[in-house]
Amino acid sequence: MLKRKEEVRFLKRTNEKFAEQFPTFQILNEEGKVVNEEKMPKLSDDEFKDLMTRMVYTRILDQRSIALNRQGRLGFYAPTAGQEASQLGSHFALEKDDYLLPGYRDVPQLIWHGLPLYKAFLWSRGHFAGGQMPEGVHAMVPQIIIGAQYVQAAGVALGMKKRGEKRVAVTYTGDGGTSQGDFYEGMNFAGAFDAPAIFIAQNNRFAISTPVEKQTKAETLAQKAVAAGIEGIQVDGMDVLAVYVATKEARERAINGEGPTFIETLTYRYGPHTMAGDDPTRYRTKDLDDEWEQKDPLVRFRKFLEDKGIWSEEEENEVIERAKEEIKAAIKEADGIPKQKVTDLIGNMYETLPQNLQEQMEEYKAKESK
Amino acid sequence: MAQMTMIQAITDALRVELKNDENVVLFGEDVGKNGGVFRATEGLQDEFGEDRVFDTPLAESGIGGLAIGLATQGFRPVPEIQFFGFVYEVMDSISGQMARLRYRSGNTVNMPITLRSPFGGGVHTPEMHADSLEGLMAQQPGLKVVIPSNPYDAKGLLISAIRDNDPVIYLEHMKLYRSFRDEVPEEEYTVELGKANVKREGTDITLIAYGAMVQASMKAAEELEKNGVSAEVIDLRTIAPLDVETIVASVKKTGRAVVVQEAQRVAGIASQIVAEIQERAILHLEAPVLRVTAPDTVYSFPQAEEVWLPNHKDIVNKANEAINY
Repeated sequence: MLKRKEEVRFLKRTNEKFAEQFPTFQILNEEGKVVNEEKMPKLSDDEFKDLMTRMVYTRILDQRSIALNRQGRLGFYAPTAGQEASQLGSHFALEKDDYLLPGYRDVPQLIWHGLPLYKAFLWSRGHFAGGQMPEGVHAMVPQIIIGAQYVQAAGVALGMKKRGEKRVAVTYTGDGGTSQGDFYEGMNFAGAFDAPAIFIAQNNRFAISTPVEKQTKAETLAQKAVAAGIEGIQVDGMDVLAVYVATKEARERAINGEGPTFIETLTYRYGPHTMAGDDPTRYRTKDLDDEWEQKDPLVRFRKFLEDKGIWSEEEENEVIERAKEEIKAAIKEADGIPKQKVTDLIGNMYETLPQNLQEQMEEYKAKESK
Repeated sequence: MAQMTMIQAITDALRVELKNDENVVLFGEDVGKNGGVFRATEGLQDEFGEDRVFDTPLAESGIGGLAIGLATQGFRPVPEIQFFGFVYEVMDSISGQMARLRYRSGNTVNMPITLRSPFGGGVHTPEMHADSLEGLMAQQPGLKVVIPSNPYDAKGLLISAIRDNDPVIYLEHMKLYRSFRDEVPEEEYTVELGKANVKREGTDITLIAYGAMVQASMKAAEELEKNGVSAEVIDLRTIAPLDVETIVASVKKTGRAVVVQEAQRVAGIASQIVAEIQERAILHLEAPVLRVTAPDTVYSFPQAEEVWLPNHKDIVNKANEAINY
């Protein structure tokens, strides 16, 4: 038997081996140069430009959302700048029929999946219509309880498998989410059922203020896949092509019956946790912010596209102008929707109203008619 | 008609719905090959296959999440939580998630989940197995909570629960599983959710109960009869939503009521019923509405269980208190 001291050393070495086993997958370096030719995706110029368009549009949406929130014209909002490659690169690998289970910061993926912008604004404002997915948009309302989407994703994926469909369930959480029991339960269930699920953790280094180093002793989050016996990969989350390829390959495996994948993306949120009073200067240094802004996903991909000669400042400005106009129109549309009433809430609790709610419905109808 | 125990009636209801609707799926810890620790799903995996009736890893939150996910794909999930004392592990899936999705999705998503689970005292289980936690469920808007007291109701209520498009918590009292048999039709039938049953008509006092306390109340009513007291017994069958109409109509007739629950006293179903009665029928009352409950402690270790649990004598005493008020 090993002596206790040796035992401890042995465990530490094992952990280090995991770090080696999960190197950061990258295709574009910070200068926008291809460093992994073999994994370079076969995308057309239009597809490359579409990816950039989505990231630029989403950056503008984030800026406008923050401004609208400050003006009191939006409700709950979790800023997304810095995470565009993680969010949109992964989503770009999906098909329309795939089912999305987003966290509350993952509204951009929902929008690119088909949730109209004005509905995203209604969700932010706390209107039930924001959770009404249009026909053919397969997605859950953004999750508030950290990790709950992971166990649900296992169920969605098992359902797809039972139906014999070539679809996948894709869910997102953050680094903090990987400490939840549901995180492991979801991956373990999906693994045990060989269900077509993709679990993504956007490791933006901070769960509100708590750094990832305080979340876990594990050197990578990706290695947490090992315990569930599923595929795991760590990806440069500021490299949109790496995130795209990792997700695309995970999707292929899932629909081929090879089970779920866990993807850790290394990323950073430039802004606060949410617009409800969080001040990142209390827990992050400017040096760290600067270090991560050097890795910016838009800057890097823009260089790549410019080197290819398929992107220009004019094109980018067109996207920015279009985004601004569409955001303006969407806010106007959201403004035109009547405010949610308590009677709407009462009416949406059950398929048929029980006696207590029938009585309360009458009570609130009278209140609201005053 | 066949004579069935409550557990047989439950298995029969599950079989009926597995046959009726290919979207019905049964799952949980040990429900497949083993047929459940109480054999509620006995033989169903053999009959319907592993695709429809299957074992899950041992994690209640995972089971809850699985049910929600399957429901989004058009399934009608019937998960089992092995003992309801383990419900704390799946509270978020129940109260935070499935109960709210109709509202959160703007009435576009159904959650036709029937979560079955054994509960209830008197069978000397280890700790955390027997607690009456239905009050936690009844406090959660968006859920329905059903507790059958006999084999006939168990089958009809379970079929209704599975066909319902909202989440139903269906609680099976362990002491009732095999304690007696009833005439149960072999064909399918439903018992409406949210409707109480007047089990025994009477004129002097109303005893209101559910689950195993229905039998105790029936026994109490027989004893009261010997002393010339005519007791009406109401079996709630569904505790959320409550059938306030049936309760109030009975109390208006008898002028007295005792509400019986196996759970502890504070913030329970009985308290809610007392409140409904006093709000709607106070001028008909000849005495305060009284309660028979367990004491406000955690569930007892088995050695003191029999005294801890309310019984028919407690009900008789409380009824006499109301009669002699």
